[in-house]
Amino acid sequence: MNIHEFQAKQVLARFGAPVPKGQPASTPEEAAKAFEALGQPKAVVKAQIHAGGRGKAGGVKLVSSAAEARDFAAKLLGKPLVTHQTGPQGRVVRRVYVEQASEVARELYLGMVVDRKAKSVAVIASTEGGMEIEEVAAKTPDRILTEPIDPVIGLAGFQARKIAFALGLRDKQVGQFGALLSALYKAFLETDASLIEINPLVVTKDGSVICLDAKMSFDDNGLFRHADIRELRDPNEEDPAETEAAKYDLSYVHLDGNIGCMVNGAGLAMATMDIVKYYGAEPANFLDVGGGANSQKVAAAFRILLSDDRVKAVLINIFGGIMLCDVLAQGVVDAAREVKLSVPLVVRMEGTNVDKGKQILKDSGIKVIAASDMADAARRVVEAIGQRAQA
Amino acid sequence: MSILVNKNTRVLTQGITGATGQIHTRACKEYGTQMVGGVVPGKGGTNFEGIPIFDTVEQARKATGANATVIYVPPPFAADAILEAVAAGIELVICITEGVPVLDMVKVSRYMNGSKSRLIGPNCPGVITPGECKIGIMPGYIHKPGDIGVVSRSGTLTYEAVYQLTQLGIGQSTCVGIGGDPIVGSGHIDILKLFNEDPGTRAVIMIGEIGGTAEEEAAQYIKENFRKPVVAFIAGQTAPKGRRMGHAGAIISGGRGTAADKIAALKAAGIAVAMSPAELGITMKSVLDGKAA
Repeated sequence: MNIHEFQAKQVLARFGAPVPKGQPASTPEEAAKAFEALGQPKAVVKAQIHAGGRGKAGGVKLVSSAAEARDFAAKLLGKPLVTHQTGPQGRVVRRVYVEQASEVARELYLGMVVDRKAKSVAVIASTEGGMEIEEVAAKTPDRILTEPIDPVIGLAGFQARKIAFALGLRDKQVGQFGALLSALYKAFLETDASLIEINPLVVTKDGSVICLDAKMSFDDNGLFRHADIRELRDPNEEDPAETEAAKYDLSYVHLDGNIGCMVNGAGLAMATMDIVKYYGAEPANFLDVGGGANSQKVAAAFRILLSDDRVKAVLINIFGGIMLCDVLAQGVVDAAREVKLSVPLVVRMEGTNVDKGKQILKDSGIKVIAASDMADAARRVVEAIGQRAQA
Repeated sequence: MSILVNKNTRVLTQGITGATGQIHTRACKEYGTQMVGGVVPGKGGTNFEGIPIFDTVEQARKATGANATVIYVPPPFAADAILEAVAAGIELVICITEGVPVLDMVKVSRYMNGSKSRLIGPNCPGVITPGECKIGIMPGYIHKPGDIGVVSRSGTLTYEAVYQLTQLGIGQSTCVGIGGDPIVGSGHIDILKLFNEDPGTRAVIMIGEIGGTAEEEAAQYIKENFRKPVVAFIAGQTAPKGRRMGHAGAIISGGRGTAADKIAALKAAGIAVAMSPAELGITMKSVLDGKAA
């Protein structure tokens, strides 16, 4: 789960990380008031969307009066902002963040992630702040420092110093940075974060180290123990079908093709998308109904699939392990009746209770194109939309 | 021959009275696995269909001589269940539970440093040596005893590969689902090492997914050390780009992790890569028949 910059800064501030003062605003008037509340000669107005590249896209501006803050907010609010991360349709700005302006002397990069290989949380730091870290990794990998944190010891003092010196920090900044890094690590652990990215981390002209931007993502598997973090979810930033899917604990990603796919297991779901493409068509989605799905969950998955009106045919590919084929079949039958299915349905089913499942589909009277295996299923679904199966 | 489990493996179920634990303990017992005990705190002294239940793993191990355990407990308690099994000295710990917080696994991994236990999973289908011992949630009937090892990050895609082999008359030595989470107990290379030393394994199917660099590292290992033919498939060739969640994660691995990168690394190591998931079995068959894949 992702959150907005202003929310990330609120979370980090709670753990003691230095962030500039600021206030979110959802109307131009609120933006003007926020400017006045800061009581500074200058402020920065920043569009709040779940995507990077906002500055280059014109979503960030330095303003010197309440009127200017109001005008810029009016220009942004309610309109889509297109950045290189949003896709061509952009994302509608529903809030701006009015923040005290900082006089920047240096821009650095600081990140914290779960490192699969070290099996621990790791700090990533670079002197190349303000740039995309991928770009830095590709062009100048020697300017990136990675430091894994031992979960028992925690962040050691020498590690914080090592990173601080590598970033070219000096004197009291080294101590400031150590405190900042400890705050980030504490926030990471106590919120079950999967990513904290401070880009840029800045040294101001008066020599302080602060988090000028902040991005946080959370491990969906850890959200159950953080009611406060769950509250920060912004449904406007999510695909409605994906939000609906999340309610039923389904994993759904909307894609651009016209073959709706329902599969159990992420690996098989990806492989099913791959084989649809292999036979010359495009998948409309990734949908993993998971292991322990009941028939209500399957029915919900089916409704979500069909809510995409570009879907011209549906391919169900189930290899039952935990998932029982008869449960799946019952869910499909219930949902197909409820939504009055009007597109071709290809079902490939194998695994636990497969014979019972096939019988339920057969007895239902619903028109089902039965497939004998995965390749056969892909071929049939491609043919069902009037294309010739390739490969 | 086989790796990890065989007909002598004595297995506990942690979470034996939950819905999933019940269904799959029953299915494993029917398959012929020696299901010797269950663990449910507070239900010690009772039994599940004749299988004795204990309050703690330690008690269960002492009473039954179990050397393996399978965990079905819900995600909030799964890490604790793994720790309990490791503390009790169980040699093989298989965690099926899906949805374990990744920071819990960070702690578990650290705890297991230097321990003699081996962890498979979490978020995995389990391990099966066909005809001898099935531990986990895979459907037993799709397997056939033989000499092909299978190692995979995916659950259901593993069934797919296994079923294709079986339908071609090719049996399996042992099939291991290592789990799809960012941090798992055993990786591809850990399992490949076991297959390398197993005289009963003639060739291996390895199934990977996009993300991380486990497959690239496995390719390197295979090139340098593995003495048997390998067939591979990478799921996610058509996975969407541009949905950048946690993009700094790719940095540690040097910006790798796409299907194309992984396939290139595998091919460079001389591994036969199936381009369609429906061709895993056939690709293995042509490798075994000595034809180029």
